[in-house]
Amino acid sequence: MRLSRVARVTLGTITALILAVVYMPLFVVFVNSFSTSTSLTWPPPGFTLEWWGRAFRNAGALEGVTTSLQIALASTAIALVLGTLVSLALQRHTFFGRDSVSLLVILPIALPGIVTGIALNNAFRTILDVRLGVLTIIVAHATFCIVTVFNNVIARLRRMGTSLEEASADLGAGVWTTFRLVTFPQLRSALLAGGLLAFALSFDEIIVTTFTAGAGVTTLPIWILDNLFRPSQAPIVNVIAVMLVFVSIVPIYFAQRLAGAEQLQK
Amino acid sequence: MKATPARTISVFLSQHARVRLALLLSAPLFWLGLVYIAALAALLVTAFWTVDSFTGQVQTTWTLDNIITVFTGSLYQAVTLRTVGVALLVTIIDIIVALPIAFFMAKVASPRLQRILVIAVLMPLWASYLVKVYAWRSALSQGGIVEWLVTPFGGTSPGYGLPATIITLSYLWLPYVILPIYAGLERVPNSLLEASSDLGAKTWRTMRSVVLPMLWPAIIAGSIFSFSLSLGDYITVNIVGGANQLLGNLVFTNVGAANNLPLAAAIALIPIGIMIVYLGVARRTGALNSL
Repeated sequence: MRLSRVARVTLGTITALILAVVYMPLFVVFVNSFSTSTSLTWPPPGFTLEWWGRAFRNAGALEGVTTSLQIALASTAIALVLGTLVSLALQRHTFFGRDSVSLLVILPIALPGIVTGIALNNAFRTILDVRLGVLTIIVAHATFCIVTVFNNVIARLRRMGTSLEEASADLGAGVWTTFRLVTFPQLRSALLAGGLLAFALSFDEIIVTTFTAGAGVTTLPIWILDNLFRPSQAPIVNVIAVMLVFVSIVPIYFAQRLAGAEQLQK
Repeated sequence: MKATPARTISVFLSQHARVRLALLLSAPLFWLGLVYIAALAALLVTAFWTVDSFTGQVQTTWTLDNIITVFTGSLYQAVTLRTVGVALLVTIIDIIVALPIAFFMAKVASPRLQRILVIAVLMPLWASYLVKVYAWRSALSQGGIVEWLVTPFGGTSPGYGLPATIITLSYLWLPYVILPIYAGLERVPNSLLEASSDLGAKTWRTMRSVVLPMLWPAIIAGSIFSFSLSLGDYITVNIVGGANQLLGNLVFTNVGAANNLPLAAAIALIPIGIMIVYLGVARRTGALNSL
């Protein structure tokens, strides 16, 4: 479309403004993590590295990181298996109730977090009489992580077509061999992208987690939430927050490289 | 070729598509059905139970009390209205903000700038949820950066409260709205826009009559996220919302401190009902396929 110069400049300015607002709060947290004041005042009265040193020695935060990593790894693994299975079923077969199955996969993320949270909390506590803990968090996280794997894998399957798999079967390969040597290698980057998203989703989740974590389990988000309102700990929360933002650049970098590599292939 | 057991199974599977399908579906359906659907069904049932006020144990006697309390209690009505209002406002703000930036990304920016912008929009999505809410708590605090920015212009910082909640929630879900709209705009062919302007339509007319109708499913798809996520949030309002409560807070208090699961279940039926209606409407526009 031949947009007028004014329209282009206006749109560009709006975009820049929105991005400025998007990054402003993150910038504030970054600067505050070096502030000598604990009361979030702006501009900071002075700068110090004290909180950064303390954050690395904070046992509660480190324990939270370990717990969150374990939970995210386990639920990502479950989501990868179940997500791949269900996308293979939906993309390679037609059957009665296919739409319902795809709705079922989306539902845990389409329904509000408190609904998923309380439904699982109720099922674990009153129906199954299971003690809440790391395992119940993993079950809950895996349930809503399936959809991220599913979305990535089914999009890939749609683009792949079936001709290579048929050729493999014609050449005498069995079902398993075809999957291992033909289907899986083509799915690998989609699985990585879906897995990264699932991992990030689980690592960061707080609403469903508060409903399915027992009293003794502290994931990193739960630790942050517990310490947010304590003035003595708030500067350390700043540091952890900054580190989380920087750590999250790694998966974005990989996801973008994957996307870039795919565009080259096309 | 030798007929090993593995080979026999493989041949059998390749000849029986239905068996293959059953094997593929059994584990995911077992998980989603048993963990999720059963849990939702149990939630529905629990809403009709009651709690023994002495022991705090859930009693499996049937009663409509919780449902009646939730649907007629003025507290619940007020909180429901407030929550839906917040979710609607957040959704509208996000769509208004997302449209120009998505349009700039899809139709104006060079391919290189486009990739940079996608990363710039995605980055905050990967930053932790709590970090972002906390960031707004810092920004909106007394003597914080928002006050510092607006005071010279005679403005006042909204401080903590419902406006802060709406700002923060809009901020949190903005990438979820931008991305589907951006993807939807990418699917609008440039030739169509050129045809429209060749036929004499001005920019605004092209937007209204060509772009918007094609973009509608993408907008609805984005709105599902912002609406549903706002509807079920209770942490943001705890951190920046002052003393205000949303539906999520009522559910959380009744699960935890008040230890009244049946009442919490009954309250949770409200957002479930609202989302079913919302998803039903969205489905008719074909938006679910652009998720």
